[in-house]
Amino acid sequence: MSTPHISPYAAGMGAALLVVLVLVPLLHLAVPPGHWLHLSDYHVALAGKIMCYAICALALDLIWGYTGILSLGHGLFFALGGYSMGMYLMRQIGRDGNYHSDLPDFMVFLDWKALPWHWALSDSFVAQLALAVAVPGLLAFVFGYFAFRSRIRGVYFSIITQAMTYAAMLLFFRNETGFGGNNGFTDFKRILGLGIFTPQMRVALFALTGVALIGFLALSRTLVRSKYGRVLQAIRDAESRVMFSGYDPIAYKLSVWTLSAMMCGVAGALYVPQVGIINPGEMSPAAGIEIAIWTAVGGRGSLVGPVLGAFVVNGSKSWLTQVFPEFWLYFLGALFIAVTLFLPHGIAGALRALVQRLSRRGGRASGQGTAASASRAQPSAQQGAAAEVSS
Amino acid sequence: MTPQLMAEGAAAKRAYDERIASSGGRGAPQGRVVHARTPDFAHGIALYVDDVTVSFDGFKALDALSLMIGVGELRCIIGPNGAGKTTMMDVITGKTRPDAGSVHFGSNIDLLRLRENEIAQIGIGRKFQKPTVYEQLCVFENLELALKGDRRVRATVRARLSGEQRDRIEAMLALIQLTREAKRPAGLLSHGQKQWLEIGMLLMQDPTLLLLDEPVAGMTDEETDRTAELFLSIEGQHSLVVVEHDMHFVQRLAGDSKVVTVLHEGRVLAQGRLPQVQANEQVVEVYLGR
Repeated sequence: MSTPHISPYAAGMGAALLVVLVLVPLLHLAVPPGHWLHLSDYHVALAGKIMCYAICALALDLIWGYTGILSLGHGLFFALGGYSMGMYLMRQIGRDGNYHSDLPDFMVFLDWKALPWHWALSDSFVAQLALAVAVPGLLAFVFGYFAFRSRIRGVYFSIITQAMTYAAMLLFFRNETGFGGNNGFTDFKRILGLGIFTPQMRVALFALTGVALIGFLALSRTLVRSKYGRVLQAIRDAESRVMFSGYDPIAYKLSVWTLSAMMCGVAGALYVPQVGIINPGEMSPAAGIEIAIWTAVGGRGSLVGPVLGAFVVNGSKSWLTQVFPEFWLYFLGALFIAVTLFLPHGIAGALRALVQRLSRRGGRASGQGTAASASRAQPSAQQGAAAEVSS
Repeated sequence: MTPQLMAEGAAAKRAYDERIASSGGRGAPQGRVVHARTPDFAHGIALYVDDVTVSFDGFKALDALSLMIGVGELRCIIGPNGAGKTTMMDVITGKTRPDAGSVHFGSNIDLLRLRENEIAQIGIGRKFQKPTVYEQLCVFENLELALKGDRRVRATVRARLSGEQRDRIEAMLALIQLTREAKRPAGLLSHGQKQWLEIGMLLMQDPTLLLLDEPVAGMTDEETDRTAELFLSIEGQHSLVVVEHDMHFVQRLAGDSKVVTVLHEGRVLAQGRLPQVQANEQVVEVYLGR
């Protein structure tokens, strides 16, 4: 049961991800521009951006799909990671800004004479990277500690996470907070002294994001398959039983909740240099809901699902906003309803069932159709994804 | 006395004092050393419920209830709806805090100071009225999670099943007759099988005291008989408190010799051997509405 066993389905998904990781840089750097196979800057950045989203969806899946706690505030953790990296990138602009000052442009505009205290470490890449993980982690820990200790569950928890991200958004909108107000950070020039918009840097950031995504997938897989992961799922199914079996659910929920927030922080830190902008819009409640939609569409309670969901939803979003700009939101709504009604386990669940049906048919043809292969056929069933979102 | 002996004695005294201090000031009587968090059953009593009152918005669910359960005893508790049976279990397992009274496990552990998971860890298992299992985990995994062991996060991240633990789970699967269902998600089991699985999960915890809230509700007659057999077979190894409506089941468990407690309106109405209790006029009145 606990023996490492890779299903053909999981292997296929892993291979697909690797192909994307190799192919995208290759088609960008090796194929000359103008060739029909050439991938433009835009597409490389888009693929990198979607991988950051995929990390967020994966992080949400750990807490929602596996532990049964729906957070609508993961956009905040993502944005905090992004802002942390953004501060460093703002300092890297140096005197090349519009005002040719040592301070970031927006501070000159506000007539500030010195960096505020929370910018103290902003010249250090390592420090800001550490903050990109530590700040979301710490916030999640404190927030989670009080929420879980007070036994706030279900829809109430979802609502307060949304309130949290909304409050943070309002705070970041204010100029006095020192994060550039509603414009946020943009016009980045360099990272680690190197140009940020060169093809090499773009590919390097893309590759780094890919490595992070694969690393988080591996980490999540280890956790989910351990006894720890089974306790999380047990909390989802019957928290009182877990408690009366002697486990302290708070410790489990708090640990996975904090880990999830830290993963989002990393995703945000990788996102900002690739997209070139961060503003409080990333903290809007809608952003948090979108993460939940990627996860639900892809399939909760599976690791490949959220990654798949992030690619399908965001891929179609960037295509549809070009082709039918007005209809994008209708499509998103329709997609969500369709998945909820017809694919309760998301795209991943449907694919897995398909692969299993095919492999079983193959097995039967060769006379090896065993009951064992069918016994695991029932995917870890998830209740209707929308039931919780809409309730 | 050699200096070494004196040093050893002083060290022993210090360790003893620390233990006393950490057990909340309750000392070990008559020189028996009692460790904090280890229940002391020297008096042969597993559970003391003393003068416990719980009220919800003025309604007294428990009204100065007192009860003692012996070590290894099988005690049936009966009573009409609303008698306070489930509330009593909630108080013992830490789910509900009483307004007054005390609950002790052994003679030294104050259950009212502990949280639900701590109470479970020191050896009190509880079965809910509605079968509560982890529906999306398979039967084997349900039992695995109940297995006695380190419950901390770090330990579970690294935990691997030893061969011995695997054998224990297999043995339990056989006992609760779910060997063939081991790999099925627990949510696909029948109602009676879920009841059995939950009982199996409780036994995996190896608790000193088992609280069973209507364990045969919704079971077929055959399943009920098998459950009675199971409980009788573990009598003596664990203390069992069975709350039940089904009088045939109580009859099977209690026979003519065991003590049965009748609860009514949050207090003990009658207590004694089943034939006596059944002959008690008050009990007849409460049950039959005169």
